[in-house]
Amino acid sequence: MTIHGYSIIHSFTHSIIQSFNHSKLDPAPLLLTFKLAGITSVLLLVIALPIAYWLVFGKFKGRGVVEALIGMPLVLPPSVIGFYLLLAFSPSHWFGAMIEEYLGLRLVFSFPGLIIASILYSLPFMIYPIRAGLQSLPSSLREASYTLGKSEWQTFVQVLLPNCKPALLTAFVLTFAHTVGEFGVVLMIGGNIPGVTKVASVAIYNEVEALNYPAANAYAMVLFAITFIILLLVYSINNRLLRVRQPA
Amino acid sequence: MEVDFTFPAHSILALTGPSGAGKTTLLRQIAGLATPTSGRVVFNNNQWLDTANSIHIPAQQRHIGFVFQDYALFPNMTVLQNLEFALPKTHKSELVGHLLETAGLTQLADRKPHQLSGGQQQRVALARALVREPELLLMDEPFAALDPDMQLQLQDLLLKLRRERPFTVILVTHDMGEIFRLADQVAIMENGTLTRIGTPSEVYLDKSDSQELIIFGEVLTIEKQGETLLAQAWIDGKIRQLTIPAKLENQMYPGAKFTLHYGDGEVKVSGRKDRPPTADR
Repeated sequence: MTIHGYSIIHSFTHSIIQSFNHSKLDPAPLLLTFKLAGITSVLLLVIALPIAYWLVFGKFKGRGVVEALIGMPLVLPPSVIGFYLLLAFSPSHWFGAMIEEYLGLRLVFSFPGLIIASILYSLPFMIYPIRAGLQSLPSSLREASYTLGKSEWQTFVQVLLPNCKPALLTAFVLTFAHTVGEFGVVLMIGGNIPGVTKVASVAIYNEVEALNYPAANAYAMVLFAITFIILLLVYSINNRLLRVRQPA
Repeated sequence: MEVDFTFPAHSILALTGPSGAGKTTLLRQIAGLATPTSGRVVFNNNQWLDTANSIHIPAQQRHIGFVFQDYALFPNMTVLQNLEFALPKTHKSELVGHLLETAGLTQLADRKPHQLSGGQQQRVALARALVREPELLLMDEPFAALDPDMQLQLQDLLLKLRRERPFTVILVTHDMGEIFRLADQVAIMENGTLTRIGTPSEVYLDKSDSQELIIFGEVLTIEKQGETLLAQAWIDGKIRQLTIPAKLENQMYPGAKFTLHYGDGEVKVSGRKDRPPTADR
């Protein structure tokens, strides 16, 4: 990193620390945001891998319907998703009632509810890059593995996944960053219970409403800085990985 | 596509014909990577495919080796790892070392595929395809992307490996030299059907033409010696000396591109104009 970039980040951190000191800022919403983003990204990676594989290599009709459904969060207002999830999660609805009866979980205004909502809301951000990564691999790699006696599973784990690392990294980080940036869905189904559902984006909104601009600024700058650094790292790593893969 | 043919085990069959004739598709169907709407594939009395009786052995269980046109080496693995990946748990790991050595890859074992030249990648692909000791090796235009020297080296390597352990080979190729050098049998495919199959000589050599020899080239220098001309000419990448009748003087001049026909006790130049009248000597 250049001296210039370093000094920008340095003054950035400095002003963030100052804002925390001046306003006696509560770090809980930030920690909650990154906890939510981390758990969502890990769970979604596990869920998305088989779905992406199935979309690329599966033989079935109605692929278009599945792809359209997965892409819905890209175009729908978050409040629409939040609204329907709020209805579905409520104990008076059969889904919410079933979850509460069998798992003892209440999903409305709770952290587990936020995770499920975030998984649904970030679905395309995880699935689309992985699908694109798998599609970009030459089909001969998969076929070569089959002719060497390897099963679909062995081929997926040992050949396909290691060769689309840039796509996996992009998918994971986009999901993480997108979950950090969630607002509408979280507000609809989580509300702002401190330490449970009050994430940073909601905290910013609250502080602005209370005309407490320095606190809002501190939260906002932390989100800005961290998401920028994450994206910067991803793109530099991906550029390096892609350069390595060019034939000598 | 409709094809029906049988050929002896432990021989090399070259599959040739114009592009789009279905050669690669046929190869993939034999491998189990593609399924025909109906048909049978039997190898060494093993039923691999019989659509009428719903038999379809997957590619994994056909015990074949397949060398792809783009080599299909796994970019995430080194040369050694590519070969080890192919090694079944029941096989001895010495085989990998032996194949690396035979293919001249021992020094390159720790390189990744993108650090290798085309010829080296091809050797890895060939060695990897043989790790499982397949009875049948399928190759899709394996040497097409290589320069002529490298093609010869790899053809020699294939023959060497077959001397160590005989296996059957089906090879898609467009190269006439390769067909005559390697193949016991050649099959010509056109528009999805097999039009001829036999030994290369049976299929290609037309006895009625064998009296005639045709040479293409370009004249470099020419010298008259009594009733004959002594020409130095560029033929097939080399400078060669030709003795030709003096009556061809007008057609054989420095810079002239020629097609010489030797036959019926006479030498003719065809398809060439006489020396341009303005030519400056």
